[in-house]
Amino acid sequence: MSERVTNILLVGVGGQGILLASEILSETFMLAGYDVKKSEIHGMSQRGGSVVSHVRYGKEVFSPLVPEGEGDILFGFELMETYRYLPLLKKGGAVVVNDLEISPPSVLMGQETYPQGLSEKIRERFPDFLLVDGQGIAKEAGNPRAANTVLLGAVSRRLDISEKYWMQALEKMVPLKALEVNRKAFQLGREFQG
Amino acid sequence: MREIISGNEAIARGAYEAGVKVASAYPGTPSTEILENIVHYKEIDASWASNEKVALEVGIGASFAGARALVAMKHVGVNVAADPLFTLSYTGVKGGLVLVTADDPEMHSSQNEQDNRNYAKFAKVPMLEPADSHECKEFTRIALELSEQYDTPVFLRTTTRISHSKSIVTFAEPVRDLPVPALVKNAAKQVMLPMNARVRHPLVEERMKKLSSAANSMAINRMELRDRTVGIITSGVCYQYVREIFPQLSTLKLGMVHPLPMDMIRQFAAAVDRLFVVEELDPFFEEQIKAQGIEVSGKDFLPICGELTPERIIKAFATKGIVTNSGSFLEEAQIPKETLPGRPPNMCPGCPHRGVFYVLNQLKAYVTGDIGCYTLGFLPPLSSMETCVCMGASIGNASGVVKVVSEEERKTVVAVIGDSTFCHTGINGLMDMVYNKVPATVVILDNRITAMTGRQDNPASGHTLSDEPTHRMELADLCRAIGVRHVRVVNPFDLEETRKALKEEMARPEPSVIITDKPCILVKRVGVFLRGPLYSVDPEKCTGCRACLKIGCPAIQWLPNEGVRGVSRIDPTLCTGCDVCRQLCTFSAIGRAK
Repeated sequence: MSERVTNILLVGVGGQGILLASEILSETFMLAGYDVKKSEIHGMSQRGGSVVSHVRYGKEVFSPLVPEGEGDILFGFELMETYRYLPLLKKGGAVVVNDLEISPPSVLMGQETYPQGLSEKIRERFPDFLLVDGQGIAKEAGNPRAANTVLLGAVSRRLDISEKYWMQALEKMVPLKALEVNRKAFQLGREFQG
Repeated sequence: MREIISGNEAIARGAYEAGVKVASAYPGTPSTEILENIVHYKEIDASWASNEKVALEVGIGASFAGARALVAMKHVGVNVAADPLFTLSYTGVKGGLVLVTADDPEMHSSQNEQDNRNYAKFAKVPMLEPADSHECKEFTRIALELSEQYDTPVFLRTTTRISHSKSIVTFAEPVRDLPVPALVKNAAKQVMLPMNARVRHPLVEERMKKLSSAANSMAINRMELRDRTVGIITSGVCYQYVREIFPQLSTLKLGMVHPLPMDMIRQFAAAVDRLFVVEELDPFFEEQIKAQGIEVSGKDFLPICGELTPERIIKAFATKGIVTNSGSFLEEAQIPKETLPGRPPNMCPGCPHRGVFYVLNQLKAYVTGDIGCYTLGFLPPLSSMETCVCMGASIGNASGVVKVVSEEERKTVVAVIGDSTFCHTGINGLMDMVYNKVPATVVILDNRITAMTGRQDNPASGHTLSDEPTHRMELADLCRAIGVRHVRVVNPFDLEETRKALKEEMARPEPSVIITDKPCILVKRVGVFLRGPLYSVDPEKCTGCRACLKIGCPAIQWLPNEGVRGVSRIDPTLCTGCDVCRQLCTFSAIGRAK
């Protein structure tokens, strides 16, 4: 078991299912025998605001927040939010991001434009970069709503955790009727290499 | 059994393991999930109170009858409960009573960031502060034990980062053999007439002295001596940050933050070369330690405002020449430089509040606001809220404004308040308005739920915390009983009806109430609300006038490069068919999707 603490940041837009994804991550790490902490803000941000969830695991974890500049993986559910939170990563950190743009109110109203070329800008800064068509691959698995599980699969490849713990966590957290699709979505995400 | 759970879930588990019989709360971020989890333990009578004062009074009654009780609220809720709290300190308890105060440094979801440790000192009540979920569970039990042992209510203080962070907790079996609650008359201890209260006050002082002395040997206060060049006194989540960034330094972790273990602090101060306090918000420890003549440093280099984070602590300690190897900050080139569009929270598509604020904006109303999702009516493009102070303040604020402005300005003043907030402390404001004949208009946005905190039931929703049907208080009847002669109910999705009602009532030279009667779009209870047919924009008819963008609906998007001068588009996955945008389109470009 690794002594050092691994830091994962999940970022996106309120309502995208980020909290559930971070729950599955934490559950997996606990099942694998690690100490785990996670933190995020509920409340106002749920109304379509920007969301950050911190998940940390290792032999012993103190702070529930990832110290700035120590993120190992930035797990993005939306492109602009991923770009916004890049400073949380460490040098050489990895980015796994859903290929999705969600316009904030000012863009919807035509007052600002959604920034262009974000995935290239992220890749330039962080070469360890994986852009995932979450919805597309989830459709292949049988339900476009399983996009978050595809992303989890893609993130799982970068973590030294046995596959059986991921499966146990999915079984615990996902409703039975959706389990098969989510298992498949996870596998497709895990195999996806860009 | 080990589970990874939040601080709030752990407090609920702690209440169960400690044999709590009654739990009461008013929802408020970051405390809400405590009762939402306690309700799953069938052994506990758990309920939403109409406000925090009532919640505490329910807890006091249960305690007087001999049961263990838990009362939970957010930090500002303690302001509402302060009246019973200060006298409860004198009466003491029979069954243990724990009052959870969930503070919100950084104001993630609050109107101020008051440090409720001050209440412990002010009300002369001990306070415990856990540093992770396991401690949340354990400290809940310890608080109840101390409560009975010292005949006092006990505060359990969390912060957002403790309430909403998850960590691993080991479960235990619930305690057995607690006394069975029963009525035992003990009037002199519980009737706080001056003659009785005068007897109680010295006992309070004596109790706090005993607790001060006992604090020095309590296991929840822990001296951890490592490298003795620097010692840090800290508590709560700050303890975790300090251990994270200075694993080699000595710490004194305070589990009881009031009263302080002064002998232990003196011993720690003597054992280290330099002494610091790391605490969020007020210099609560620091001032008391300095008052003992101990040299210590804290708020001279750490911020008072906002929450502390690992990086804020690292930066502050760097100014003292104490550095950490933590944090491999990025190179300049890696950090994005451009300003990105912000992503503020927004009312949901199909929110019944949106049309009301659109109309208020059109009528150039001076809106005194209140606490709830509808406070977002402050944000553009609705931009129609001028005040928001605390729960229930809108109505009293409107009365005060009306008393001093001209007759013309008077006609623009409208108080806006939600159903839950009205039940909480708005009713009193309306009584005052009628009693004192203040001619202002009150809009009660009745969406049948306490929406902002995540949809909790309330006295006007018709359901209890355990989802049982109950009497649904009729707001219109209540307003009439208070003496409002003009009470009307409108459909907030009908802009014309809403506008007409507002114009007429705002002009009326006496108090009036308008109640909107459409539920929160997120209320899932069957039969309450069904989604209407969805809408779409006909790009041939859309002239690009942008009128539909003035309601700030997340389902409507402006496409600048289409049509002659741009067109609007409605996202079918977000549209709820509320119909408000259709009413704004003078070119009939918006209609039911085909």
